[in-house]
Amino acid sequence: MATQHSRSAARFMMAPAVILLLGWMLVPLTMTLFFSFKKYLPLRGDSLANGLDWVGFDNYVRFVTSSSFWPSIYATLIIVGGVLIITVILGILLAILLDQPMWGQGVVRIFVIAPFFVMPTVSGLVWKNMFMDPVNGILAHLWRFFGAAPVEWLSQASMQSIILIVSWQWLPFATLILLTAIQSLDSEQLEAAEMDGAPVLKRFWYITLPHLSRAITIVILIQTIFLLSIFAEIFVTTAGAFGTKTLTYLIFQRVLESQNVGLGSAGGVYAIILANIVAIFLMRIVGKNLDA
Amino acid sequence: MGNISLNKVSKTFGDVNVIPPLDLEIEDGEFVVFVGPSGCGKSTLLRLIAGLEDTTSGAIHIDGSDATSVPPAKRGLAMVFQSYALYPHMTVRKNIGFPLKMAGVDPAEANKKIENAASVLNLTDYMDRRPGQLSGGQRQRVAIGRAIVREPSAFLFDEPLSNLDAALRVNMRLEITELHQQLKTTMIYVTHDQVEAMTMADKIVVLHAGVIEQVGSPMELYQNPRNLFVAGFIGSPKMNFLTGKFAEPYKAKTIGIRPEHTDISTKSGDWKGTVGVAEHLGSDTFLYITIDGGDSFTVRADGELDINYGDTVYLTPRKDKVHRFDEDGLAL
Amino acid sequence: MARAVTTQRKSINTLVAWVIALLIFFPILWTILTSFKTEAQAINDPPLFLFFDWTLENYAVVQERSDYMKFLWNSVIIAGGSTILGTIIAIPAAWSMAFVPSKRTKDILLWMLSTKMLPAVGVLYPIYLLFIQLGLLDTRVGLVIVLMLINLPIIVWMLYTYFKEIPGEILEAARMDGASLRDEILYVLTPMAIPGIASTILLNLILAWNEAFWTLNLTAANAAPLTAFIASYSSPEGLFFAKLSAASTMAIAPILILGWFSQKQLVRGLTFGAVK
Repeated sequence: MATQHSRSAARFMMAPAVILLLGWMLVPLTMTLFFSFKKYLPLRGDSLANGLDWVGFDNYVRFVTSSSFWPSIYATLIIVGGVLIITVILGILLAILLDQPMWGQGVVRIFVIAPFFVMPTVSGLVWKNMFMDPVNGILAHLWRFFGAAPVEWLSQASMQSIILIVSWQWLPFATLILLTAIQSLDSEQLEAAEMDGAPVLKRFWYITLPHLSRAITIVILIQTIFLLSIFAEIFVTTAGAFGTKTLTYLIFQRVLESQNVGLGSAGGVYAIILANIVAIFLMRIVGKNLDA
Repeated sequence: MGNISLNKVSKTFGDVNVIPPLDLEIEDGEFVVFVGPSGCGKSTLLRLIAGLEDTTSGAIHIDGSDATSVPPAKRGLAMVFQSYALYPHMTVRKNIGFPLKMAGVDPAEANKKIENAASVLNLTDYMDRRPGQLSGGQRQRVAIGRAIVREPSAFLFDEPLSNLDAALRVNMRLEITELHQQLKTTMIYVTHDQVEAMTMADKIVVLHAGVIEQVGSPMELYQNPRNLFVAGFIGSPKMNFLTGKFAEPYKAKTIGIRPEHTDISTKSGDWKGTVGVAEHLGSDTFLYITIDGGDSFTVRADGELDINYGDTVYLTPRKDKVHRFDEDGLAL
Repeated sequence: MARAVTTQRKSINTLVAWVIALLIFFPILWTILTSFKTEAQAINDPPLFLFFDWTLENYAVVQERSDYMKFLWNSVIIAGGSTILGTIIAIPAAWSMAFVPSKRTKDILLWMLSTKMLPAVGVLYPIYLLFIQLGLLDTRVGLVIVLMLINLPIIVWMLYTYFKEIPGEILEAARMDGASLRDEILYVLTPMAIPGIASTILLNLILAWNEAFWTLNLTAANAAPLTAFIASYSSPEGLFFAKLSAASTMAIAPILILGWFSQKQLVRGLTFGAVK
């Protein structure tokens, strides 16, 4: 099969995909890097045609020293961390539950997975209006039913609300992957441990959890990549107000809302670096899997 | 017709020389077995003949004409793969008929051939099933059926029995041998199992590290192994090898004695030893003995023999059956 | 071997699982239910579950007022177009990487994956600018191209892992059986690869349908798909619960159904074959 002829044919067949992705990566990336060293405020008359002023690392320094930078990092970390903790822990519990024998397993699975297929703008708005609305939302009804004053979720508990919405969307993903991993566990291993006298919790701790460790790592890494760039959920709920302005949202505002392209581009470079740190770990795991 | 001749054929993968140049003649109608430990190049050699790998140098002639650069489909050979390589999306009938369809054989004619092959292989009841619904042995038969309908000038088998359980393996071994007797077509069969080689072959080719160690009939290899490797590889249990003071009286570096060519006694003999494990099989008894000096020695003795763990025994090799080898491991 | 489980234990499992599953599914269920209420019933106190006057009025209103069909059509074109285009480009690439692997195949695959991890916001302005320059802003063609590019790595990866599973011996058997390259592709490879290609297309339809960064930032009135249409309800209009629900139900229903079919492929596609 691997003759000289088939090799050159293979290269030819790969070319379109490789060239397109190379272009998709290099062109905008170079432009972002370029803009990040320039003063570029289109609304104040700066344009590529007239030439842009070189400002060195000014944008990078200003982005980091602006009063919104650290809060945005804080918001990003809280949201990503909160969602990860909730989805991984609940995901493990749900996966174990779904792995048990029961009636109507298929239907249960379908219900649990469903939120993942809901488009982000829909889940954002459904939660915002029909659940978290302080007057007519379900949660307000529930609070009143128990005699408590309804909470203004998206302003008083904005972070918790965003974390709740995003966790709801991503819990199915974590559950599904962990369930797949649990089902690949050899039941003889558990039975051997049972014969060795390990009670249920110890069996979970010493057998099931180590078996899941790889899947958990993958869930964490992939979710981190996606969560770092959540956008629509914030866009339609708080629009970045009440301390929910993540790094992604901050850059979006700098670039498109206040049209400070240079500053936003410097922020973009930071975001790219941040994502790449996570990506390296993910790629290692995926790469290892390729050899097997 | 199906004589195949390899002339200075060699194969290298990158920097690795898998098969140094070798010559081999396979006569029409012969059942030839390539045998050797895994990684010895036997499968590569088969794939070179099939045309699935390009030769690095040398020439392959099939039926007298140069086939070295002929694509596999045009060589008139059929192959049965280790994994059977059945087409999972086709029924048994379509699997068997696929080569005929590719050759553009008239459907009525093809159908006759398919039915014929199916009845030879006892597959008639399964024709509309898919490979996934068949047992290992049935899949094996379908793979053979697919090979038969082409009426090839030679069949190539690549470890066809290694995925079957022991009982089925013995069965299929008989079936393939029987098939060869019926069809009288050249067959080349690759295996790592010397029992398969001994029981099926007209001619065995023992391979080791890409080199042909010896070619001959099963009995030739058994009686006159050319070197230590062949001596150790052919025969079960393995031939015993002794060196030093045991070999000196025979004027050799190493002597080899088959387990079945040793007389055992509880009273007297050439060498004294202690029985480690005694396996009573009913028909035979295998004794694993540690002879004085620490060498281990296997003896195949009478089935009714009453010797057990820890007994002291005396061994005497049959003088005319002792194989002698020099420093280079070659038979003297 | 699995042991027989007592009916009692199975009942408890079932009960707990159903309660949790319904809790998770509730927001979707509630949205669907609300879409059949009148606006007044939608904000009734206490909330009405099943006993209300079921009406299809909201669906009619949403259609009329907002030209819903246009957005739906945009979603179909953008998701479908980008998936088909991506698949056409990815099949030969995945094919050659799976069947004619070279020393660099692994590096190329990982590099492709790395482009997927580029945060979109980092290249937002360049793309925005290029779109203006090329006249692609707020066009369906533009979005088809962008969504095709962001999903191309996933498509290549999924196809690669599926193709990888087709054993090489089967292709060799076909060659021994006298199949030409064309026959081999037509009769052996394609039938075996179709399930994999189908699941790849399915998953990517879902991802493209729900994409909500580029669709929000690169469209306005013309090419906006359902994601952007729904986002327009974030204005006070969203307080019309029943209409929001009807619009949402219509936006998620097709993909919810597709998604349920693709459960298994989802795991594989989203973990790049690392979990199967």
